Amino acid sequence: MTLPGGLTRRDVLMKIGILFNGAVAAILAVPIVRYLLSPVAHERKGGYEAWVPLGNLEQFPSGQTRLATYRNPVVNPTDGETADIACWVRNVDGQTFQVFAINCAHLGCPVRWFPQSSLFMCPCHGGAYYQDGSRASGPPERGLFEYHYRIENGKLLIRAGEMPTPGRASNIVREIRPCA
Amino acid sequence: MRLIQSIGEWLDARLQLGASIRETAEHPVPRETASWFYVFGSAAFVVFMLQIVTGIMLAFIYVPSAGEAWSSLQTLNHNVSLGWYIRALHGWGSDFMVAIVLIHMVQVFLFGAYKYPRELTWIVGVFLLIVTLGMAFTGQVLRFDQDAYWGLGIGASIASRVPLMGPWIVNLMLGGPIIAGATLSRFFALHVFVVPGLLIAFVAVHLLMVLKLGINEWPMPGRVVRKATYIKDYHELTRKDGVPFVPGAIWKDLFFAAFILLSIAACAYYFGPFGPSGPPDPTIIQTAPRPDYFFLWLYAVLSFLPPSMETPALLIGPVVVILALVLLPFFFGEGEKSWRRRPIAVLAILLTAVALGTFTHLAEHTPWSPVMDAWSGDPIPSEFLHNRSALERQGALVFQVKQCHNCHSLGDQGGKRGPALDAVAVRLTQDQLIRQVIQGGGNMPAYGKNLSPAETTALVAFLETLHPAGQSPARDASRAVALGTDAGAPPSTHQ
Repeated sequence: MTLPGGLTRRDVLMKIGILFNGAVAAILAVPIVRYLLSPVAHERKGGYEAWVPLGNLEQFPSGQTRLATYRNPVVNPTDGETADIACWVRNVDGQTFQVFAINCAHLGCPVRWFPQSSLFMCPCHGGAYYQDGSRASGPPERGLFEYHYRIENGKLLIRAGEMPTPGRASNIVREIRPCA
Repeated sequence: MRLIQSIGEWLDARLQLGASIRETAEHPVPRETASWFYVFGSAAFVVFMLQIVTGIMLAFIYVPSAGEAWSSLQTLNHNVSLGWYIRALHGWGSDFMVAIVLIHMVQVFLFGAYKYPRELTWIVGVFLLIVTLGMAFTGQVLRFDQDAYWGLGIGASIASRVPLMGPWIVNLMLGGPIIAGATLSRFFALHVFVVPGLLIAFVAVHLLMVLKLGINEWPMPGRVVRKATYIKDYHELTRKDGVPFVPGAIWKDLFFAAFILLSIAACAYYFGPFGPSGPPDPTIIQTAPRPDYFFLWLYAVLSFLPPSMETPALLIGPVVVILALVLLPFFFGEGEKSWRRRPIAVLAILLTAVALGTFTHLAEHTPWSPVMDAWSGDPIPSEFLHNRSALERQGALVFQVKQCHNCHSLGDQGGKRGPALDAVAVRLTQDQLIRQVIQGGGNMPAYGKNLSPAETTALVAFLETLHPAGQSPARDASRAVALGTDAGAPPSTHQ
């Protein structure tokens, strides 16, 4: 059977078949794309951050900078030790604190604190920071990432949950102004 | 023998592949292409086969879970018989594969093989290079150790710099907010399913085009490629002066492939598997992460780029390079093929090789990184302490304790982040030394808040002793006049 325009019945059926498959593909694409984008959707909906305790205040003597670790608030059973995150806690004067991310603001390597020279140094590309986290030298464009903190019942808590990176730092931590 | 033949005939009567395989194998290729220069493509293919086989074998034992991957690698290394050797074969196979793919690319470029009608073969080849590097990077992540963990952090930091989309890309790449179980699982899926799938597809297209379009003839100066006449000329060449691919050319491919496999086997045997280094525990921060060999040059570039250039270079650089490679055959699709008539092509290769070699060499020595334990581990050589006053020796102590040695070397010991200080007193006067120590500058932190006046005085007194025996230290001529002391006297270090 040939329809007007030279189309046969089978041509039409084949085109309908292709259209049908296209429609099914479009329907299936919705759950597939949502599945793939779930890490982004999670952040946009609830966020990954929560207040986590770093320990009692006595662990952080006044005037000193100490390493602290915490368990990431969002944990999966397969995470193992990768959910344990380190950070640097600076007790400025017994009242005020600064909590710095372990990640260098350049490319995320773990910075080390040298109390003798009061510097944070990065082993990867040689970034250095002063004790207040501001940039001292090297390739970083800015100071160390700093967590928000609060003190509750003699414990130090920080708002953490996302690995700080140069691109999304503004979401979670405040910028440290370079010191004069 | 007759049994094998009859089985073969039985199969071919049903599969009907024999004739086309024979035709493909015996297709004529230009006589000069049966050359040792034309063996790299097939060698890369053979190494890829080795990677598939060893990769599947590793997957028998490997556990792609952030909590267990590292210990499953230890099991492979120590508890499974010859597990270490399969790991070593896979690791060395990957290094050899990247190297051979690069050599193949250089050869193809210098022989003008990307010109008409093989433009698409070249473009698919560029994709194959990208996919091969993708295998190398994702494979390095699966060796889930400290280097892999912090390497992912570097990748995330780079990805986060993409304007607007950056944080989303980081979440997608890591599969969550931090480097953890989901990150390893998705890199496993990439390394084992997605990227190899692409690689196989691209290899199939690449090979098909090599067969359909014929192997690039040996370039002769003056034999110019023109779209109007090339295909006719090529067929004439293979008809007049061609040899069947099997066995005319393939024996060299076979010898070279076997030689490469043997080299990989030998390297794997003598040097063993790569790592794993320390466990991927982010709370162990005594680590200096380094990428694998083929990304070392990038590691060096990242430490030398000025901060303001870094984000544009990281984001735009790769796009420019890939675009240039993809567009190359469209701009230079005709003309001379011989490297003897293409000086710019030769120079471009040399420049790239020298640049990559230099950056790799630098990355092996990391002169930009402080030596984290120089202050406690590298003593000041005794000649710098001999016949020194108490104050000067006190200064040497300050030099060590305040970690100056981490960035500055003395007698070739210590860091190379800052200049060597063996003769610093010749370069800087006392006032300049004090200013530099207190205010920093020129990429040096300011130590004004961390040094007491007494420490600064001692340190500068020590630094002023650092000059060659026969050379007097730099001094400010106007200072003597201003202070009313004898202009001829050497500058005092004890005030």
